[in-house]
Parts: sequence; structure tokens; C-alpha cells
Amino acid sequence: MKRAAVHVVLWGYAAVALLPLLIMVWNSFRTDQELVAEPLGLPVSPSFDAYREAWVEASFSTYFLNSVLVTTASVALSTAVSLLAAYALARSRSRLMGVIEQVFVSGLMMPVFLMIVPIFYLLDTIGLASTRTGLILVYSAVSIPFSVFVLATFLRQLPVELEDAARIDGAGPLRTFWSVLLPLVRPAVATVVVFRFVPIWNDFFYPLILVRDRAQYTLPVGLTTFFGEYQTSWSTLFAGLVIATLPLVLLFLVATRQIVAGLTAGMGR
Amino acid sequence: MSGRRTAALPTPVALLFLLPAAALFGIFVLYPMATALTYSLFSWRGTAQEAFVGLDNFVALFTTEPYRSQLPRAFAHNALLFAGAMVVQNSVGLLLAYVLHRRERVRRLFQVLYTMPYLVSPLVVGYLWSLLLSPLFGPVNAVLRAVGLESVAQPWLGDPDTALWVVVLVTAWQWVGFPLLIYGAALGSLDPTMEEAAMLDGATSRQRFWHVTLPMLLPVIGTVSVLTFIFSMEAFPIPYALGGSNGSPAGATDVMSLLFYRTAFSSGASNAIGISSAVAIVLFVVIVGVSVLFTRWFRKVERGLT
Repeated sequence: MKRAAVHVVLWGYAAVALLPLLIMVWNSFRTDQELVAEPLGLPVSPSFDAYREAWVEASFSTYFLNSVLVTTASVALSTAVSLLAAYALARSRSRLMGVIEQVFVSGLMMPVFLMIVPIFYLLDTIGLASTRTGLILVYSAVSIPFSVFVLATFLRQLPVELEDAARIDGAGPLRTFWSVLLPLVRPAVATVVVFRFVPIWNDFFYPLILVRDRAQYTLPVGLTTFFGEYQTSWSTLFAGLVIATLPLVLLFLVATRQIVAGLTAGMGR
Repeated sequence: MSGRRTAALPTPVALLFLLPAAALFGIFVLYPMATALTYSLFSWRGTAQEAFVGLDNFVALFTTEPYRSQLPRAFAHNALLFAGAMVVQNSVGLLLAYVLHRRERVRRLFQVLYTMPYLVSPLVVGYLWSLLLSPLFGPVNAVLRAVGLESVAQPWLGDPDTALWVVVLVTAWQWVGFPLLIYGAALGSLDPTMEEAAMLDGATSRQRFWHVTLPMLLPVIGTVSVLTFIFSMEAFPIPYALGGSNGSPAGATDVMSLLFYRTAFSSGASNAIGISSAVAIVLFVVIVGVSVLFTRWFRKVERGLT
């Protein structure tokens, strides 16, 4: 292909991919009147009113805090239990462990629509219906297959000599796990954290069904009520979308390398 | 490997380490999954389980209204989502990955730019496009008017004839960054000597792509196709944001997940649990069945080529 044609193709698609997102950002700084008068205009005199309205009046501060709490707690809990389990699976030679690992990994094809009604009644029975705790427990559980899979694969690649040395020095399994393995397993933990953070932060299905109390809403469910109530306050809607996206952009800037590497891991051959 | 060299954990200790994960997974994944299977075999009155009815819920799904007409329609829409994603990722996605493959200096930059929509929440993507396509202040119609295509500008999401295509295109627009990255990684791991040999034999760049590179990419295209199928069948946030839970206008954007959601949580039917569990099982069986059959068929095709 000719050089010029290549550039047209590359930048052309970059525009297709990014312009909608850029419009989202700059329209959030314009007023409703400006949006109607000039749909294609730029924010000449940026206004933060939309953000104030979304954050204060449309309860985005509540939704945002709930999302931060639920996402971080779920990722922390699922990573912790998955790491312990992965250690057991990678370092045990019992046949039973092989079976258990199969059960965990089969959860990668989890039928979420099938499970949601029983989960709904389960949370109701144990008194966690419509709570953030219930949501955290569910997210942690559904994260286990992916996290265990990645962490166990990584642990199997680590040399066992260090652990042997620790054992000979008299360290118990917990001590070995804590002071020998934990420092080595950091890169895999980073991958798991990033890759569970994004889908849990974005998830809309579980809280839509499991959470009925507005004070417990996470951002995505919050967005659905917000879009019903602020239908005509367009710039506020744009601001709400930006607020829901911002943490992911920050995460992406911090962890681009992990994201690109993780998305493509094991895919080439 | 000798037993002495592996730092084996004694089984009781290993089980102790497993316990927290196993408990969480058992209570919140395995138990719901097992009970869901039985849900579809009983009739329900609200939340009270009544008689064992065998496959009656499935029969009802295919013979009584509104399910009888809504199920095939929703399924056809999911199939169209899949077709749209396949067309876009195997034309635009593959082309861009191929072009970037030979341009190492700018590859990372463009990969990051192209992947941005994929990282944004699909719900945000859906709502964003509903605003961009607004007949009042939407930039899409404004651009069409600005370039003299006044007659093409219209309320895209209000018209049953265009609304579904909006869902298909928006879904493909968001998803394409994922196959693009994977195709890029696959191209990077191909053996470059094959292409060089073809070049020495005088093959044009087009011939090299069709006869050397593409056949080597087939296994990855197969894997990505299966993932795309699963993703298309489970599509939920984008259709929800663009057409609401009823698939407006007039069911034009209805998909399987919305049908399930309505049946289970907002139909008010007394047997909602029985019927909606049947919907979920049908969906699951289709996803697993097609994925397995496709993978088997694709392996055969691959073997035929080599």
C-alpha cells in the first residue's frame, strides 16, 4: 500500500474510534443551549455546571463511592482467596486437587443468566439482598475461575528451589507462602487485579437485578435511573458518562502494558 | 522429575489453603448453577415452587405467546449482532492489524487508540451513542446536514428499520479493538521466513497475504470467532441502553438477554421463574453447543489445509 493511503486508513480509523469519546468529554463542558444551537461546536467557554449537577443532585457521589468500594473489595477478596487456592493447586500432587482445579476452571464458561435467579433468592435467604456486601461476595465468587487459572499457571512456572530452601530452613507452608512466594508472584497479581477491576467496575447486570435500594447503587445502575430522570439535561448526561469512565482511563494510563499483554496472552502461537 | 525436588504441599495443608475459595465458589456459583437446572423443571407461583412439570416450561416457551414469537425474533437479532461483529472484525480489524504489523514504530500508539472503545463500559457506550444519534442535538445528524445529506438525517433509534442496525454497528464498533489486538499478537508470532520465502519466489504482497499470512492466521480467527459468538449471544448492556428492556421501538432491538430479563423480573407472570429459567437454559445450550460444534468443524478445516 502507498504511504499516504496507509496514513489515511490509520488516522481515519483512529477518528472513528476516538471522536465519539472525545465528543462525550467536550460536550460535558457545554450547556444544553449550546448543544442544541450548535451540535458540532467546541466548548468555547467551558462550564462545570454539568459535573456539579451530576455529582451533587443526581447522586453520582454516592454511586461513585459505592462502585469504588464494591470493586476494590471484590478484587481484593477474590485475589486473596484465589492466590491461596492457586498455591495449593500448583504445589500439591494429590489427584483430588486436579479434579478441584477442573471444577474451578469450568467456571470460565459460567452461564450468568442461568445463575442470577438462584443468586437473587440465595442473597434474600441469608439477609444480604440489596446490599453491597452481597454484591461483593458474588463478584468475588465469579472472579475465582479466571484468577485461579492465571495465578496457578504462573506459580507452576516458578522454580521450586526457593521454597525447598525455605522448608529446609524450617519455614512452614504459610510462612513460605507469605515471605517467599508472595514477592515473586507480583506480576501475575497485577494482571489479575487489572483484569478483574475493569469488568466489575463496568458490570451492570448483577447490580441491576440484585440491588433495589438506590443508596447502594453502583455507577452503571445509577446511570440507568439517571438517564430516565435527566432525559432533557443533556450535558449532565454527558458528564455522568465521563464520571463513569474516568477511573478506567486512569487505570489504562497506569497499566497499558499489562492490559495489552494480558488481552493477547496465549492467543498467538 | 524426582519427588524430592518438588515443594509438595501435604494434602491436608493444601485443602486448608483451598478452603476460602472453594467455599465462596461453592455457595455463590456451584449451588446457584445446580438449583437453576431444577428451577426450569418445576412450575412456580411467584417465588413458591409447585409441581414437577418435566419439560412443560420448555414446551410453553415454544408454543405460547408472547414467548413463541419473541424467542425466535430475539435469537435472530443476536445472530445479526454476531454477523455484524464478524464482518467488521475480519475486514476492518484484520486490515488494520495487518497494516500495523509492518509498522513497528507506530504500532503501540494505534493499538492503544483503537482499543479505547473496548475498555469503556458497554453501558456507557450504548448511552453515549443514544445521545450522539439524538434528532435534537446529535452530532451524527448535524454532520449529515452539514455535508448536504439532509434527507439521510433521521431519528435513528426511533425507527424500527434502523434501530437494530444501530445496535449492530455500535456493538461492532466497541468490540473490534479486541480481535484487532489478538490478530496483531498472532501476526507478531508468525514465522517471518515463510513470507520472505514467498517474496523471493516473486509473490506480490496481495498474494503473500492471501496464500501465506491468512492461512497461518486461521487458528486465531477460529478462536476469536467462538469468543465473538459467546459475546454476541450474551449481549445485554448495549441493547438495554439503546432500546430499553422492551427492545424499543416495537421490539426491533430485542435480544435473548432482554427477553430473559423481562420474563424473570418484570413480566408479572406467575410462572416467571420456570419460564425464565427455561430461556436461560436454551441460551446456554445454544452457546455451548454451537461453540463445541464450531471448534470441532474448524479443526477439521484446519487439518485439511495443512
